[in-house]
Amino acid sequence: MHLSLVDWLIMLVYFVFVLGIGFALKRYMRTSTDFFLAGRSIPAWVCGLAFISANLGAQEVIGMGASGAKYGIITSHFYWIGAIPAMLFVGLFMMPFYYGSKARSVPEYLRMRYDEKTRAINAFSFAIMTVFSSGISMYAMALLIQTLGLLHGIVPDAWVFHVSIVLSALIVLGYIFLGGLTSAIYNEVLQFFLIVAGFLPLVWIGLRNVGGWHGIQQRLPATMTHSWRGMTHASTNSLGVEVVGLVMGLGFVLSFGYWCTDFLVIQRAMAAESEESARRVPIIASIPKMFFPFLVILPGLIAVSITSHTTTAPTTTASHRAIPLDDAHPHGIIPVKTDPINGQPVLDTNGNPVYNYDLAIPVMLLNFFPTGILGLGLTALLASFMSGMAGNVTAFNTVWTYDIYQSYIKKDASDAHYLWMGRVATVGGILLSIAAAYAATSFNNIMDALQLIFSMVNAPLFATFLLGMFWKRTTGHGAFTGLLSGTAAALVHHGLTRPADAAVGIHGGWIHTIHLYPSDMAQNFWTAIFAFSVNLIITVIVSLFTKPRPEAELVGLVYSLTPKPIEKHLVWYQRPLTLSLGVIAVLLVLNFVFA
Amino acid sequence: MGLDIRLPLGMIFLILGAIMFLYGFFTRGSAIYAQAGGLNINLIWGSVMLLFGLVMFVSARRHKH
Repeated sequence: MHLSLVDWLIMLVYFVFVLGIGFALKRYMRTSTDFFLAGRSIPAWVCGLAFISANLGAQEVIGMGASGAKYGIITSHFYWIGAIPAMLFVGLFMMPFYYGSKARSVPEYLRMRYDEKTRAINAFSFAIMTVFSSGISMYAMALLIQTLGLLHGIVPDAWVFHVSIVLSALIVLGYIFLGGLTSAIYNEVLQFFLIVAGFLPLVWIGLRNVGGWHGIQQRLPATMTHSWRGMTHASTNSLGVEVVGLVMGLGFVLSFGYWCTDFLVIQRAMAAESEESARRVPIIASIPKMFFPFLVILPGLIAVSITSHTTTAPTTTASHRAIPLDDAHPHGIIPVKTDPINGQPVLDTNGNPVYNYDLAIPVMLLNFFPTGILGLGLTALLASFMSGMAGNVTAFNTVWTYDIYQSYIKKDASDAHYLWMGRVATVGGILLSIAAAYAATSFNNIMDALQLIFSMVNAPLFATFLLGMFWKRTTGHGAFTGLLSGTAAALVHHGLTRPADAAVGIHGGWIHTIHLYPSDMAQNFWTAIFAFSVNLIITVIVSLFTKPRPEAELVGLVYSLTPKPIEKHLVWYQRPLTLSLGVIAVLLVLNFVFA
Repeated sequence: MGLDIRLPLGMIFLILGAIMFLYGFFTRGSAIYAQAGGLNINLIWGSVMLLFGLVMFVSARRHKH
């Protein structure tokens, strides 16, 4: 790929600003609260944008573009069902306990509400998970830089991967080390606007090229341009999931489990200046989030709607334009996957080429963006990787310092010591991420296995928080046994079922296959449903047989014992409930339009 | 926190917008815009970004006084 000076200049300006923000904030980092919680002083809209930006890592931009190209607009369920309701719920109902309890992290809330052992499982599993997620983000970024040939001719080809890893690590390390969570949040806001600025013109030019949404509808099979068509049965939609699995598994268990309990995002809301602001953070975040499918999924759909490379083969383009694409393999400008070792195209078992859908968004950038704005598009892409990485690192250093180091290693040190530890943990977190990134290069299956284990640890989690916040009778022993049984249930369910097209092994069925799911997504959703239900039932049963904590200790931690937040002094548009109702109304309209 | 985010946000959009606008201005009618459907996207999007940067920058300044 050829980049000119102006493209490099744009990327350089971005990197200067990213580090500049860290330097500008350094002098405000006086206490550990400044470093880990941004001094609890950030306005709601800033936290709100950071809230979605922290989640907008590699997985989202590359993965959602890829799903859009592969499955179509149906991917928007991951936003409209799989994120928005949970974001509204955490703002309306859960934030008063997270923020009001003065807990400094999600695991710390669990210690206040339950006990030390429940906190310990959450803190350790979360810390390990964030390091690996950040490593995966780093790995994906380096791989992309290598595939696109971004540094070709600047550094020797054999070094590109290593140089990319080291550079991205140094930059993220630099700005978090200097400015802590504030720096991460400010950079996430910057990244949010750059991602919008980089992808919006891409969608605009792309849509012009394929004749708008109407043009896409004419070129692609109907299942790809309707989000609800064929959802009653798994075999009639491209995801291979039926509506119950989708709504319960994705919409309820997985999405609430992530958005309502994951410290990576909750930390952004905890940094808000007041409890009212903290409640508004996820709700404000849900507004742009609703429209993100148009920014990250639509480019994937456009990429498969283009019948061929307009730049290389203009004659075939003209003849193919009017005919809808082959229903089975609409691949547009998506390149064929090549073997990284011998450069040969990868073929599936039937001898057909395998398409590399992960490159949907990058090839869109190269296809439509001339030099100049190409620099901006690449900056947006790099920004998304950085924000994903930084989000994980800031969550890691906080949980490590408060929930592991201060709780189990050194209890009564000075605040300055914990601030120092936070900086050390930032370096440590980055080094571990690099190790994880290299682990991903050499053992692909290990990464798959790890992600599988994380999903099993996470799946039951929401039941623990739901019962903890809304049922005062729930006990620490109940929560602890429930959480472990939930994870065990996920494991057993995975061992007893597998997707119809997968062999026995890492995809499931390793105990004995008693049920086949139409797709791995369906299996994943149902694993979560089982894990959640088992956790809920076991927690309730064990709680009923163990001694509850006195009610006086639970004030501010449980719904029925906490005074309701007063909203009378807020203007109508500042009230969380009014805002949420507005979001739901728009969400319904979007679903009807793209049904 | 002492630093208003709108200040660096405004500044980066002003700088990037200016770079793209100027580059677009000096490459008017260039063949590079064929792939963007004939639009001088650098000029157009550069001005949009300049405008956004200006709004952010000015509102940060106003807030301060």
